[in-house]
Amino acid sequence: MSTKYTEDHEWVREQDGVYAVGITDYAQEQLGEIVYVELPEAGREVTRGEDAAVVESVKAASEVKSPLSGGVVEANAKLADSPELVNAEPESGGWFYTMRASDASELEKLMDADAYKKFVQSLA
Amino acid sequence: MTSTELRHTPLHALHLEHGAKITPFAGYAMPLHYGGIIGEHLHVRKAAGLFDVSHMGVIDVAGGGAARALEALMPADIVSLPRGRQRYALLTNARGGIIDDLMVQNLGEHFRLVVNAACKTRDAEHLRAHLNGCTVDAPEDGALLALQGPAAAAALSETLGGGDLSDMKFMDARALRLDGIDCTVARSGYTGEDGFEVSLPAARAEQLARRLLANPQVRLAGLGARDSLRMEAGLRLHGSDIGEATTPVEAGLGWAVAKARRSGGARAGGFPGADVILRQLSGGAARRLVGLIPRGRAPVRAGAALLGANGAAVGEVTSGGFGPSVSHPISLGYAQAEHAAPGAELRAPVRGRELPLTVAALPFVRHNFYR
Repeated sequence: MSTKYTEDHEWVREQDGVYAVGITDYAQEQLGEIVYVELPEAGREVTRGEDAAVVESVKAASEVKSPLSGGVVEANAKLADSPELVNAEPESGGWFYTMRASDASELEKLMDADAYKKFVQSLA
Repeated sequence: MTSTELRHTPLHALHLEHGAKITPFAGYAMPLHYGGIIGEHLHVRKAAGLFDVSHMGVIDVAGGGAARALEALMPADIVSLPRGRQRYALLTNARGGIIDDLMVQNLGEHFRLVVNAACKTRDAEHLRAHLNGCTVDAPEDGALLALQGPAAAAALSETLGGGDLSDMKFMDARALRLDGIDCTVARSGYTGEDGFEVSLPAARAEQLARRLLANPQVRLAGLGARDSLRMEAGLRLHGSDIGEATTPVEAGLGWAVAKARRSGGARAGGFPGADVILRQLSGGAARRLVGLIPRGRAPVRAGAALLGANGAAVGEVTSGGFGPSVSHPISLGYAQAEHAAPGAELRAPVRGRELPLTVAALPFVRHNFYR
């Protein structure tokens, strides 16, 4: 599947049977240099829109909401020592966690790349 | 206040030209950074950063009795402040709290006070109400630039046509002609590094800024780096670490109470809150401002409670973030005296977890002042 986006600037993409979640390039740009990421533990059940992770920039802490409901499979262990990966590779190596979706229809509520691009342009 | 009501400094156009991310601060549209806080912070520590601090207030006080009159409002020694020197001072209230922290410069014909942006209107009213027989002038048509870092002196010297600054020591303040502009320059700052704070006419600020930026060692730095630099240097921020409800002794600023104003001194007491402050100077305060190093990588920010070993609240964090030069999170906060010694272990609840912190001596980085 293609990558889907939320209005809170998270992305979600199916890979290897699970859904990977992260924050968008626009989000990392707005946050500035990220110095710490707090990730959900494997096995935690999250609901769509729930605060699932926290990113700390030099200036402030921001919540990251889960784009889907379901169980967390794995947190990106690389972010513990290299939180700057979120700035460098927000939509690839800087992924936050993978999860199983309990309700795949939630994906339909999210934006595709074109819609998200237009959404970001509308914020300028 | 909406963004349309924010005031602009004389360097606003220059900030935009350099890609500043603008943030509202004390009623002004100010540059938070020009691309990255960490890069600007590190550049100040190794070369030189140029900060626009034109939002801060300048208040000129003149009159024959100005030194004595100022001493009635602050526990500083102003009477013996030599011409060409500057001192750090605190305006205190009747409870011993800190109305504002400021620099007082003796410029010969008058004293110049440089005060915090958020306090400047109230400070001027306070001074006008209490400095009888003095003229109090709070000009709004000036600019303030801070050039900070080990390369600051060489860069400033270029604008003097290669003039020598080696006889200008930390906390000297004097009139200098920089790039043909009449400026008042103090060798001081808010970063822990050598540097200069320059007051000049608004209309000439951009000229001087561009001249300084033509030096490859000098880069613009924003409020984000200013905050992380001052935190690493252990410098208190009024409105966060100090304020009307904290005393100089609690804040670890007892050194700003001059010897002459202490019990037994030549002009002991005679400032607002003297009873509280002098009692705390001899007997100690129940709480003290401390440096804190979170043991993990998560910053512990202002507002977090500090807990002792038994889980009881023993204080609160007042500033916190990431220290780019020390490469770990750092915080400042108040702790009860028995928990305030370096090495003391405390915990702070953050998002449902209790994070361990160690009380640390301040500053977190060594000061590099030119003495």
